[in-house]
Amino acid sequence: MESTVFLVKALIILAVFGVTLLIATYSTYAERKVAAFIQDRIGPNRAGPLGLFQPLADAVKLFFKEEFVPANANKFLFILGPSLSMLTACMASAVIPFGGSILIDGQYINVQAIEVNIGILYIFGVVALGVYGIMIGGWASNNKFSLLGAIRAASQNISYELAMGMSIIALLLVTSTLSLGEMARQQGEPLFGISGMNWNIFYQPLGFLIFIICAFAETNRVPFDLPECETELIGGYHTEYSSMGMGLYLFAEYVNIFVASAVMATLYFGGYNFPFMYDMGLPHNIVTLLGTVALFGKIFFFIFFFMWVRWTLPRFRYDQLMNLGWKILIPLSIANVIVTAAIILFKQEYFQ
Amino acid sequence: MNFSERMYLPAIFQGLTITMRHFFKKKATISYPEQTRPMSAVWRGLHVLKRDEKGRERCTACGLCAVACPAEAITMVAGERKRGEEGLYREEKYAVSYEINMLRCIFCGLCEEACPKAAIFLQNDKTAPARYERDEFIYGKDRLVEPMPATGNNQ
Repeated sequence: MESTVFLVKALIILAVFGVTLLIATYSTYAERKVAAFIQDRIGPNRAGPLGLFQPLADAVKLFFKEEFVPANANKFLFILGPSLSMLTACMASAVIPFGGSILIDGQYINVQAIEVNIGILYIFGVVALGVYGIMIGGWASNNKFSLLGAIRAASQNISYELAMGMSIIALLLVTSTLSLGEMARQQGEPLFGISGMNWNIFYQPLGFLIFIICAFAETNRVPFDLPECETELIGGYHTEYSSMGMGLYLFAEYVNIFVASAVMATLYFGGYNFPFMYDMGLPHNIVTLLGTVALFGKIFFFIFFFMWVRWTLPRFRYDQLMNLGWKILIPLSIANVIVTAAIILFKQEYFQ
Repeated sequence: MNFSERMYLPAIFQGLTITMRHFFKKKATISYPEQTRPMSAVWRGLHVLKRDEKGRERCTACGLCAVACPAEAITMVAGERKRGEEGLYREEKYAVSYEINMLRCIFCGLCEEACPKAAIFLQNDKTAPARYERDEFIYGKDRLVEPMPATGNNQ
């Protein structure tokens, strides 16, 4: 690889990692502000202007707490749990295309940390690993409540991953590629004469609905946050955690929200594409920059939506959760795959 | 339940609009040290022992406020005014010590009504703030008597 390409690529990787962590940090602040606003309060406003240093204050507070390991806990696994949770959360953002391509010295460099042609499979693999962090942490605590929380997390994630995978299969039938970069490029094509509007949401509305419900379950967010259900399980899998162990679990949740939002924006809402992007006659790099801004706008909307739902809906009961997953979402997603496949086959037979 | 109710989506959407309305609503919070809630004109707060127009203490230690007090929060010791103290106390008898226990006081204002000399009042802009020690809640004359006016012929 040439040195310029290598340098730009390295910068993109660093930027993606940094931006992921920064957004996750400020998601904690945003969560508290959104919660406060929805409940007619003001929210944190003491640390710095508008309370903007609140995440730093929270981090300092967590660092100065005692790192407590219970006597009967498996010490190695107890520390491995939150680390694994954080690691898998950070890994997933590597394959997301955060923009089109940059034109340097006549070369196009994609704004994507790693270009793999099986991006969606990679994300699924990494996100599925995330449950190990919770499972190991809950088991290693040697505490009934933690174990129950971990078991709930495992069964919930497996149940909802099936429906999620099915909704993705329907999407793959439409896009006929596994590469996230290619999917984003396809959505930049014109629809009804408007460039950058060929979004998959217009082809897969039901698939998107199933996907977003499953994304809520995968990130353990309300209304599917049974693994950390305070009223029944004290704190679920992180009952025994304190200090940064706890901090990593909470932080990993926000990184997961960011990744889930980015994936939803890329898969269904056009990724970095925005309406009229190629009709305005702007230079290539400016269009890329605007596209990145548009993508982050979509991501922020989804992050806000996660919080909005959290402060609106109550938590599901465990049997309701399982009923929804196995009896409604999975049959619905299978029907979605069949209908999508039938329509594609019909089009190939009679309209080609 | 019919089909649309069992889908829950209309109900969820309705809930989301409700929370969104609250998101843009005016906030009920008052940022306390910077802003204070406006008090009613008849609100009864911390007591004050008034001075008259010449800066002399009005209280004559008659004890009617202590008798009227339903919480028995007021204690006082009466003393006789010495020669040369005419500028300090208005009557020949005055309160050597005058203490109100703010933990007992119920801020009913009966002391204010009982006082024949218009000496004790409950202010509507001051409160008895939180403190660390119990004995700090017993307010003596040093904290109750109105400070000397800066100007005026009180010499």
